[in-house]
Amino acid sequence: MSAHPNVQANAPTNQSPMDLAALQREMAAAVMQPLTPDENMRATMPDGRSTTAVAASFIAPNSRLTAFERLEIYNRQYWYRVLGALAEDFPALRAVIGGRRFEALSIAYLAEHPSRSFTLRNLGSKLPAWLAAHPEQAGRRHRLAVDVAKMEWAFVEAFDAAELAPLTQRQIAALQGESRLALQPYLQLVALHYPADDLVLELHAQEKRQTSEAGVAHEDDSGATTGVPKLQPRPIWLAVHRVDLSVYYRRIGREEFQTLDALRSGSPFGEALEAGFLGSRIPERVRAERVQEWFGSWAELGWICQA
Amino acid sequence: MPGNRFNAFQDHGVGIGLRIPHYEHIFSRKPVVDWFEIISENYMCDAGRPPAMLDRILEQYRVVQHGVSMYFGSVTAPDPEHLKRLKNLVRRTKTPWLSDHLCWGSVDGTYTHDLLPLPYTWEAVERTVERVRMVQDYLEIPVAVENVSSYAAFTGSEMTEWEFLTEVVERADCGILFDVNNVYVSAMNHEFNPLDYVNAVPAHRVAQIHIAGHSKYEKYILDTHDHPVIDPVWQLYARAIERCGPTPTLLEWDDHIPSFDEVHAEAKKAEQFLHPHATELVGAAK
Repeated sequence: MSAHPNVQANAPTNQSPMDLAALQREMAAAVMQPLTPDENMRATMPDGRSTTAVAASFIAPNSRLTAFERLEIYNRQYWYRVLGALAEDFPALRAVIGGRRFEALSIAYLAEHPSRSFTLRNLGSKLPAWLAAHPEQAGRRHRLAVDVAKMEWAFVEAFDAAELAPLTQRQIAALQGESRLALQPYLQLVALHYPADDLVLELHAQEKRQTSEAGVAHEDDSGATTGVPKLQPRPIWLAVHRVDLSVYYRRIGREEFQTLDALRSGSPFGEALEAGFLGSRIPERVRAERVQEWFGSWAELGWICQA
Repeated sequence: MPGNRFNAFQDHGVGIGLRIPHYEHIFSRKPVVDWFEIISENYMCDAGRPPAMLDRILEQYRVVQHGVSMYFGSVTAPDPEHLKRLKNLVRRTKTPWLSDHLCWGSVDGTYTHDLLPLPYTWEAVERTVERVRMVQDYLEIPVAVENVSSYAAFTGSEMTEWEFLTEVVERADCGILFDVNNVYVSAMNHEFNPLDYVNAVPAHRVAQIHIAGHSKYEKYILDTHDHPVIDPVWQLYARAIERCGPTPTLLEWDDHIPSFDEVHAEAKKAEQFLHPHATELVGAAK
């Protein structure tokens, strides 16, 4: 095919054209580089090269925009998209630490953990663990922030994770000490330092009201963390689960939590119960009754399945 | 109009994108809609609300899948998990054809989640053709590639965008999802005549057409899907229909989404171009 007057490119240069792989790596690096505080593209690339020169090496200007400005459109679009996706999945975390700190945290997180999945659904999968290791990103409410992040990620998982056929009453009655069980993939077990579950539910309800009333979420971009009550630390064990397509948070006791956690880790039924009552103050004489109650509840909710 | 082999000879009429804010209206009012287009990635999860809502839609409506992350032009191979989940969804929806974009967006396993433009080079043609063929063979349904809106052009390009599109679809033997709004946006951003593009596209391969609105800024236009379709885009659509014949048409509206009725009414404006004689007859009868 011959050269065409409408080919959207510059006049030929003396440089040999960049191959496709090199071009994609170069462009991705530029596009995914954080913006300046004024939301412009940075003047230098991470390796110190001039972004203007890098842009001009593969992008053609037009009569209105330089190569730098054309690349900058994609740089902005990238950050608006990924920051928006994280804000959508972690609205309570944003409310707890404030809009400005949340944005800074998101940028730092994404710089270390850019998306490695074809779906934005998985973008925040490493955020709770990352935040736990980066207290400087959350300020004085770090432990509460980590709790909230864990709960919000558990919500994402519980919302659309797989559902297996639960054990029947007959199968449950036949369980032996060496039986191995699986938990529903949608069931998430979350240990908290604060009673953050009520707070998250309230913040999610607020978020929903704002979205439906204003049509736009996240209108408050200030650093303020208004409306978040002061909580006293207290260990809480949560099962985040799904019933009729809706996600629920259910507080459970430490022993029940530890038993479920051990079952999820692959321990046989008997060992899981031992792990569950490790360090427990529940008297021996009532433990069998307690286990029976758990199983009644697990069976009703369909939490346990064949391994 | 019986369609063509790239849309499984379907005459779908005018559809709209299936969006969550419209679920309640659709389930409670059961409006008559020719078809819905779904974003495949929104339903590729294991269970829960998304597939349950989709199943309710599938009970009553025709659905066609449209993807946003296959990145036919990326140099690194697609994630096998992505392909597997996509094929499972194809089985669920029984989509007669499937579309995704003629672009790239991931490299070395890192995803930008954007529809990044390709340089129009012979190397890019070869890479893209290989990927389209592989996906089409794996999914075992017709695949259509969509022209994207772009804001940057490459110094290394060796042909026009429509020449590039033609080379890819002819060599891959696939269909085209022809987005006339994207043609307009790119034409304004790259200073070419959009009619040149519409007149050059291989009409016999057009499986589906997209129409949408966009946002105009001082120095460029962004493809935002948050406005009604503007007249110059309707004119491009009219010309595309003149060349391709009646073709399944879909209105995209993804941001600041108005009521279902408003979106549907905007989409149905396409019918006057799809069935001009019927419109004339109705007019005469009145």
